[in-house]
Amino acid sequence: MSVMSIVEFRDVAKRFGDGPFVLDRFSFTAHRGDFISLIGPSGCGKSTALRLIAGLSPVTSGALTVEGVPPGANAANLAFVFQEPTLLPWLNVAKNVEIPQQLRGIPAAKRAVTRQRVLDLVRLGEKSAAYPRQLSGGQKMRVSIARALALAPKLLLLDEPFGALDEMTREHLNEELLTIREQEAWTAFFVTHSVAEAVFLANRVLIMAANPGRIHTEVTVDLPYPRTAETRLSRAYHEIVADVSRILRSVQPTAVGGDPNRASR
Amino acid sequence: MSRALLQILLPAAAGAFVIAVWYGIHFYLDEEMRFLLPTPAAVIEALQINSDSLARAAWSTTKGATLGFSLAVVVSSFLALVLSTSPLVRTSLYPYLMALQMTPLPILAPICVIWVGAGLKSVTLLTFVIAFFPLVVNTTQGLISTDRNLVELFRLYRATRWQQLFVLRVPAALPYFFTGLRIAATLSPIGAVVAEMNAGSSAGDGGGLGFQAVIYSSQAKYPALFATAAVTCVLGFILNAAVLYLAWLALRHWHDSYERTDR
Repeated sequence: MSVMSIVEFRDVAKRFGDGPFVLDRFSFTAHRGDFISLIGPSGCGKSTALRLIAGLSPVTSGALTVEGVPPGANAANLAFVFQEPTLLPWLNVAKNVEIPQQLRGIPAAKRAVTRQRVLDLVRLGEKSAAYPRQLSGGQKMRVSIARALALAPKLLLLDEPFGALDEMTREHLNEELLTIREQEAWTAFFVTHSVAEAVFLANRVLIMAANPGRIHTEVTVDLPYPRTAETRLSRAYHEIVADVSRILRSVQPTAVGGDPNRASR
Repeated sequence: MSRALLQILLPAAAGAFVIAVWYGIHFYLDEEMRFLLPTPAAVIEALQINSDSLARAAWSTTKGATLGFSLAVVVSSFLALVLSTSPLVRTSLYPYLMALQMTPLPILAPICVIWVGAGLKSVTLLTFVIAFFPLVVNTTQGLISTDRNLVELFRLYRATRWQQLFVLRVPAALPYFFTGLRIAATLSPIGAVVAEMNAGSSAGDGGGLGFQAVIYSSQAKYPALFATAAVTCVLGFILNAAVLYLAWLALRHWHDSYERTDR
C-alpha cells in the first residue's frame, strides 16, 4: 500500500451466515484527507462497508486494511457516528462527550480540556450541563459528532448521521462539518441517501448498486474547499448533482424489484 | 380553579363521600349487626386505646418488612447481574425462581419456622421471598435491554466487560429496577403482615401487626382490627413514598417518565 492510502478494500465480500452477499468484489482505496460519500439503494451494503472498516463485523473473504493493519486493530484512530445520536440519556452533554476518553482511562483534567475544545467546535460549549432530552435533534447530533472527535480520530465513519433532520438543519450541519474538517485532519466515509448532501461534502462520491452490493460508479467532485452555502448555488455543483442523480436512477430499478424473474413469486 | 387546589379538594371530597357512605351502611344495618362495620369514630377510638400495642406491633412489622425488602434488593441485584450474563443461565434458573414465587406464603411459613424459628427471622425471610421476584425479573430485563447502538459504541471504544456493565448496562437498567422496587415496596408490608400471622411470635417485642390482628380477631375487637388495617396501610404508603423519592432522585434528569408534559 502507498503511504497515502488509509483504507484499502481488495476484492472484499461479505455475507451474514448463509445469506446472500451483502457486498461482493468490493475493491476501493481511500487516500488520506479524502471525504468519501457512499450513496445507493437500500440494501447495497453502504452501512455494512462502514461496519467492516470499524471492525464491528468481519469480512467474509478478500482483504481489508485500515492504516495497513486489519480493521479493529487500531480503534484509537477511528470514530463512528451512528444514524441515531446514541447518547447516554443519564449523562449530561459534558459527560457524554468525555465517554470515549473515560473508557480509555484518561484523567479528568485532560478530559475537560478536550471536551471544551470539541464542544466549541460544534458550537455547543454553552450546553455542557444540559441532558440529552433537553436538546433538539440537531443539537443531539452535534454532541454525537463532538464525542466522535474527542479522541482526535484519523478516520471518521458517519452512517447517515443527518438522515432524521429537517432540510435546513441538515444543510447547516453539512457546512459545519466541513468547517470542522478544516481544523482537524481526518478522512471521512459518509453514508447518505441525499444526493445533494453527498456531493456537497465529498471529493469522491461512490454510487453503489444492490444485489449484491457493489460499487457502480465513482464520481469525482472537483469543487474547491472550503465549500459554503454559496457552493450550493453554483452551476458546477448543480451539474454534478444532476449527474449523480441520473446515475443513481439507472441503478435503482434492480433494487425496487424490476427484475422480471422475481415477479412470479 | 387552580390545579393545585383541585388536587387537594378532589381527594378530600372523595374521602368525605366514602365516610358518608360508611356511616350510611353502619346505621342502615340492624343494631345487633352494626359490629360488622364499626364507625370511623369507633376505629379512631380503638386506635387511641390500643396505641401502645399498635405502635409496638407497627415497629416490629416495619423491621420485618424493611429487613426483608433490603435483603431482597441486595440478593436480587446480585442475581440479576448473574442472570443477565447469558440466556442459558436464565433458562436454567428461571423455573426455580418461579417455583419459589408460586409457593404460597402460608405453606412456606411453617417450613421457615422449622428452619429459623418463629419471629423476626422468619418474617424477614418470608418478606424477602415475596419482594424478591418482581425485583429480580425487572432488573434482569433492564440489564439485557440496553440500547444496541450504545452497546456497539462501547465495543467500538474497546470498553472492558466491567466498563460496559457499570458505565452502560447498570445505569440503563435503573428505570426497570425502580419499577421492580415499587412493586416490592407495595408487597413487603403485606408480606410481612401475612408472615406474622403464620410465623409471628409474641417473644421479644411482642409480634407485629399481623400477630396483633390475629389476637384482636380472636377477642372480637373489631374496631381494633380496623385500626390495625389502617396502620398497615400507612406503613405501605411510607415505604412507597420513600421508593418514589429515590426513583425521582435517580431518574428525574433524564428519564422520559419525569418529562413535564405541560411546558
